[in-house]
Amino acid sequence: MTYQTHEHDVLVIGAGGAGLRAAIEASAAGVSVGLICKSLLGKAHTVMAEGGIAAALANVDERDSWKIHFADTMRGGQYVNNWRMAELHAKEAPDRVRELEAWGAVFDRTPDGRILQRNFGGHKYPRLAHVGDRTGLELIRTLQDHGIHRGIDVHMECTIVALLKDGARVVGAFGYERERGRFKLFRARAVVLATGGIGRAYRISSNSWESTGDGHALAYHAGAELMDMEFVQFHPTGMVWPPGVQGILVTEGVRGEGGVLVNSAGRRFMFDDIPELYRTQTADNEEEGWRYTQGDRSARRPPELLTRDHVARCIVREIKEGRGSPHGGVFLDISGIGKRMANAAEHIKRKLPSMYHQFKELADIDITREPMEVGPTTHYVMGGVRVDAETQMSSVLGLFAAGECAAGINGANRLGGNSLSDLLVLGKRAGEFAAGFVRNERHHPGPIDAGQVEAAARRTLEPFERDRSEGEGPYRIQHDLQEMMQDLVGIVRTERELLRAVGSIEQLSARARRVKASGHREYNPGWHAALDLSNLLTVSEAITRSALERKESRGAHFRGDYPSKDAQFGRINIIVRKDKDGSMQVSRQPIPEMPAELKQIIQENE
Amino acid sequence: MVVLDAVLEIQARQANDLAVRWNCKAGKCGSCSAEINGSPRLMCMTRLSSLPLQDPITVEPMRAFPAIKDLVTDVSWNFRAKQTISPFKPRPPDAPDGTWRMTQSDADRVQEFRKCIECFLCQDVCHVLREHRLHEQFIGPRLLVYAAALEMHPLDTEDRVPALRAAGGIGYCNITKCCTKVCPEGITITDNAIIPLKERVVDRFYDPLGRLRRFFGRWAG
Repeated sequence: MTYQTHEHDVLVIGAGGAGLRAAIEASAAGVSVGLICKSLLGKAHTVMAEGGIAAALANVDERDSWKIHFADTMRGGQYVNNWRMAELHAKEAPDRVRELEAWGAVFDRTPDGRILQRNFGGHKYPRLAHVGDRTGLELIRTLQDHGIHRGIDVHMECTIVALLKDGARVVGAFGYERERGRFKLFRARAVVLATGGIGRAYRISSNSWESTGDGHALAYHAGAELMDMEFVQFHPTGMVWPPGVQGILVTEGVRGEGGVLVNSAGRRFMFDDIPELYRTQTADNEEEGWRYTQGDRSARRPPELLTRDHVARCIVREIKEGRGSPHGGVFLDISGIGKRMANAAEHIKRKLPSMYHQFKELADIDITREPMEVGPTTHYVMGGVRVDAETQMSSVLGLFAAGECAAGINGANRLGGNSLSDLLVLGKRAGEFAAGFVRNERHHPGPIDAGQVEAAARRTLEPFERDRSEGEGPYRIQHDLQEMMQDLVGIVRTERELLRAVGSIEQLSARARRVKASGHREYNPGWHAALDLSNLLTVSEAITRSALERKESRGAHFRGDYPSKDAQFGRINIIVRKDKDGSMQVSRQPIPEMPAELKQIIQENE
Repeated sequence: MVVLDAVLEIQARQANDLAVRWNCKAGKCGSCSAEINGSPRLMCMTRLSSLPLQDPITVEPMRAFPAIKDLVTDVSWNFRAKQTISPFKPRPPDAPDGTWRMTQSDADRVQEFRKCIECFLCQDVCHVLREHRLHEQFIGPRLLVYAAALEMHPLDTEDRVPALRAAGGIGYCNITKCCTKVCPEGITITDNAIIPLKERVVDRFYDPLGRLRRFFGRWAG
């Protein structure tokens, strides 16, 4: 077996926002950095982020502060967040946004020339720095264009299949490059996982083919703990029609600009169910909600801007009870603002250009004149690698994680806009502490264990070696897994269905062990999909087992058989780890007591 | 159904190893560039119903770049060429807190260029690259848009004009506007990015009065 060897002090796996930010920081600290992209540089899922970056800059409303951002984040996460991460995030996000401007990002402006901020679900004040509805593109391109002059070695179209360890610590990674299908071995003194999400475990998803939980699975198999995996965010508004675009995101910004959700009877159903936790902050009539979206500071937010988990469930209720739209969604209407403002069509095109474009091109719908059809889509996983709040290091020495593949900051539900700020703040910290780990360590990592490398290589090539008659191709298995997760581990879960899901995962795993790849190793998506299956199955099992364990409803996790919140589950996180016998162990981990000053901030903002 | 759906359907059912790049499926990442019935398009944004379906549809890889396999081409030159362009260098902050002020109208001008999703369709259609293969002498429309975004950035202080003339090869562009026609983001590449940059080069290097002024300025200074 042959492979090419690369050596870096810090190896960052994943080149979306978190990975790029970590790589830039590590490189600034003076260590050598390798950056692995599953696709080409700059194509990661971060480009899809639309709404903005949440940061308490207080440019639009001077009443905003890190404390209120912290309180909003904790409330959104239903208080099972890692409070220290939420605190660091709220405090450091403004600096991370200003830093982007220093690196060339061009945000939309306030009348006095500062960075403009917009309203978003769950945020008390206008807080999202944005660029129309393409903020993610601006963020990733800014980091990319800054990063390419930092001496970072970028490995594009490269996939990692295993982390390599020396005893308790990580010493590298093994993978292959897509173009020729050749193996690559990366020796590294610290590894940062920034691989993003798991959306491809579900049939309806806003995520690209890349979101197969690679970092989650790599960490799990390397002995790290996963946390909060039951919390999968279903974004309330994805496209539902035509079928090819099902799941593609419709930004929350549509609702932030005054778009409303309406059922087939023409009723704004979001007024029908406002949760107690948010009642005092929510408008009780349409007029007030409209004024809020237009910047009236005395108005409270419309119920369309309640947290994503709640909005998604209300939409599901309308559809289930027969008040849905023709293609199985509900209506999202921004064209109605024409009744309230002049030049509404121009305003919509300026504020939501890519939404206008997306519906016009893909669905033949002019959103300035007619309503969109939308329904929930798998969007984000709050759960991930359990890491230390200060350093982002996992329970495996030298293994760090940041961004979507790490857990903690978002708790049971992420607020829109907190993802881009999370990946900047905690991505930076991961890079900083990974570099620090490398510089301060006394012992150099030991040699690479040839046995681990050979085992990884053998496993990677197995799909080609299986007898053609024996196995099946990867796409059928992937499709069946996605259908099963959508049906049994979706927005509303029950013990009976979750247990069925556990059984299905076992059967699908057996099929995946016989998956075969046809053709040769050069740029072979079928081979790649066959290798992704194992990661998808690992994260699906983690989600399902964690969902079984949390016998309550909280945030994004809703149990039909336990429909209310249970205070005792509010004091724990669910942890998943790999047992010595290879089975998945689930346990409950008490949440540390919050310091008095943070408690007080939460009380003051209730 | 869009062309990409059809290609992925073939990949899932008939040819598992069919090589194609794609990510977002919503025209935002610029990965799925190809030549559909001969014209450079994003596969994810081309509806089948917009094509004549009585004839077979041809989907081919971009021709301005070396083929790797099936619909995948080697676009790495674009990344290498980008690295040769001097990065953003802002003026000192305007406010004591380290922030800058700029008006929305100033932002608008470069925001148009920053919409670019790096699909490289403009590079593909540019005859300087496609027919004449002058990749080593000309950076192409995408990177001229990138340079324009930096040069017209309200905060930037770097001077890229000499480099645009020399290494960038901006003189090779003869304004046929093919790039503008294929841009899926609707960026007015030629009129708003390339022509103003060409004007800067002309003002600097080919305006006799300007040269005289600079000569005496240097002599006097």
